[in-house]
Amino acid sequence: MALTENMTINMGPQHPSTHGVLQLILELDGEVVQKATPHIGFLHRGTEKLSEHRTYNQVIPLTDRLDYLAPMSNNLGYVLAVEKLLGITDKIPERANVIRVLMAELTRLKSHLVWLATHALDIGAMTVFLYAFREREAITDIYEKVSGARMTSNYIRIGGVTEDLPEGLEQEIRDFVVTMPDHIDEYEGLLTGNKIWQKRTIGVGVISAEDAIDIGLSGPALRCSGVDWDLRRDAPYCGYETYDFDVPVRTEGDTFARYKARLDEMRQSSRIINQALDRLKPGPVTADCPKICLPPKKDVVNTIEGLIHHFKIITEGFDVEKGEVYVGIEAPKGELGYYIVSDGSPMPYRMKIRPPSFVNLQALPQMVEGRLLADVIAIIGTLDIVLGEIDR
Amino acid sequence: MGVEQNQTLGSGFVTTSLDKLVNWSRAKSLWPMTFGLACCAIEMMATGAARFDLDRMGVLFRASPRQSDVIIIAGTVTKKMLPVIKTVYEQMPEPKYVIAMGACASSGGVFDTYSVVQGIDQELPVDVYIPGCPPRPEGLIYGLMKLQEQIMRERNTFGAAIGVGEVVKG
Amino acid sequence: MCDQASVEKLKAKFSSAVLDVVEFRGELTVTVEKSRIVEISTFLRDTCGYNFLCDLCGVDYLGQETRFMVVYNLYNITTKKRLRVKVPVEEQNPCVDTVSGVWSTANWPERECWDLMGISFNNHPDLRRILMAAEWEGHPLRKDYPVQGPDREPYQGRLS
Repeated sequence: MALTENMTINMGPQHPSTHGVLQLILELDGEVVQKATPHIGFLHRGTEKLSEHRTYNQVIPLTDRLDYLAPMSNNLGYVLAVEKLLGITDKIPERANVIRVLMAELTRLKSHLVWLATHALDIGAMTVFLYAFREREAITDIYEKVSGARMTSNYIRIGGVTEDLPEGLEQEIRDFVVTMPDHIDEYEGLLTGNKIWQKRTIGVGVISAEDAIDIGLSGPALRCSGVDWDLRRDAPYCGYETYDFDVPVRTEGDTFARYKARLDEMRQSSRIINQALDRLKPGPVTADCPKICLPPKKDVVNTIEGLIHHFKIITEGFDVEKGEVYVGIEAPKGELGYYIVSDGSPMPYRMKIRPPSFVNLQALPQMVEGRLLADVIAIIGTLDIVLGEIDR
Repeated sequence: MGVEQNQTLGSGFVTTSLDKLVNWSRAKSLWPMTFGLACCAIEMMATGAARFDLDRMGVLFRASPRQSDVIIIAGTVTKKMLPVIKTVYEQMPEPKYVIAMGACASSGGVFDTYSVVQGIDQELPVDVYIPGCPPRPEGLIYGLMKLQEQIMRERNTFGAAIGVGEVVKG
Repeated sequence: MCDQASVEKLKAKFSSAVLDVVEFRGELTVTVEKSRIVEISTFLRDTCGYNFLCDLCGVDYLGQETRFMVVYNLYNITTKKRLRVKVPVEEQNPCVDTVSGVWSTANWPERECWDLMGISFNNHPDLRRILMAAEWEGHPLRKDYPVQGPDREPYQGRLS
């Protein structure tokens, strides 16, 4: 009768496959995981505390750095919450809303490309990493032309967007999006029919619909367990209700289903981008609220009101009514929520960020129980976590 | 053994040529340790990808500290993560170099808060600082080239390798 | 997306526990007594259909008589309506019953609330620090904790 005992190993904060600084303490019986305990907080930067000491405009660059793979989505969620608090949601011009949808869907493509690259790299397919980063470079070029930075864009502002799209960008986005479905077919050709990929992902990390809702999963992970919920369609913002797109829902609940669903989401994002480009009509890109939105530069240097408003907004900020709001948007990783409490001053009194990856990671211990050690890597990849968002 | 100044192999023609050989071999095949913490890690990955290839500079990312020459601290260093960084740094064999990539690793960055270490140079000796938030891939490549120039300027490296004296940093 | 019907049902069943109902920008906020939060949560989940707890956090109102407020943001997936439930918690006895028995998703947010605000949750399966290091002292998100930490000089200049 062999006497065995479980082995406790540490998959430490520094690990090439944990997508950031995540520590997993695994109790193993041979190769089978008995218990997994995630330890987080290695990237806790105090964003929420810092935002209590910055004006509403100064918080926007801080939100860029939360989910750094999808910066414009974070900007969008925060800005929508502040606009709801101010009560100016109806005053946002049409062109600004269309640009916001365009940027949000490009960001979704960007985030899913990095997800695919790192997920495939962890499981062993290095070619997909290089191909996906090639597409991502095209999107970062677009980001740079629009906002000036490759990643942390700080582009979506309260009342609209910072500046209008530069000349020729619409054609560049159109040229890029036309090639996207072929690239997605290329990734599918490399992975979907691949026996190794199928063996590593089919049946791995299954979670049922009731467990998923109970543990708070959202985004593609929830939709692959059979729950049809997408905030773009059910609680629309920025005019999403007028766009024509499908929401991929699957019922198997395993890693392969989540992989297929995210690829389908990438195809739907390409559709939405095409529709948004067709809708772009000339017009203003900032709301007409002089005390809240920064005036255009020519007004700042030519008129006295523009100068005063610019000065006051930058140095002091604007006063906001007392109250609290919660706004959730469909970020690429799930429901990103911002709960902002205001006490009338130009700085938020309390800003709580509801990160989708924080809640999705809670599902890891139950998805990993009873599986092999190699499946842990696949499951971390399929949950699509970003530590910047989890630790804030 | 009571010797005050740094004993070197001298600066004759043969010894400096041997030094140059050792410096060249170290500089042109720097193997960094993947220490991506936050957003700068994504730009580091993008630098390693197809457009700004790092492999053409001899740079190969190693996952284990025992096999790497340089550690690129890419991202915000928090007080909870600091002991881990120090353990990993101590596991690296000599000669080792440190690159602080990004504003957060150089000086704390945007995050002037209770949990962020205001620059990794408070704990580790940094050779190259790369500013930016995040720095462009070209910036990271420029920083690596500056480190390569710094390594090429070192003296008595062959002597230190065979056990005579220490490296004199240029 | 207001759900007046659920609030009426809640007021009818727990009339003594409901302290306040506020509507702001189309969102309903119900303030209830902390002693009955678990019953109210179970009622909201089973009868009114709020099966998704979006967010759980604490707010520090330093200077007011009840210093803390624990806020639960709820969502009903079927009817697509949102509701907010707030629970005042006083400073001398900062603890609330846990709702992780009602929605398992509350586990980690409650740990974060304990870690950053110092509000403890009774009967929580695993209440320990989650974002700060295990040996950290103090609760950083409280209003009387300095933003740069207790060991550094505060920043003297203007921020903008």
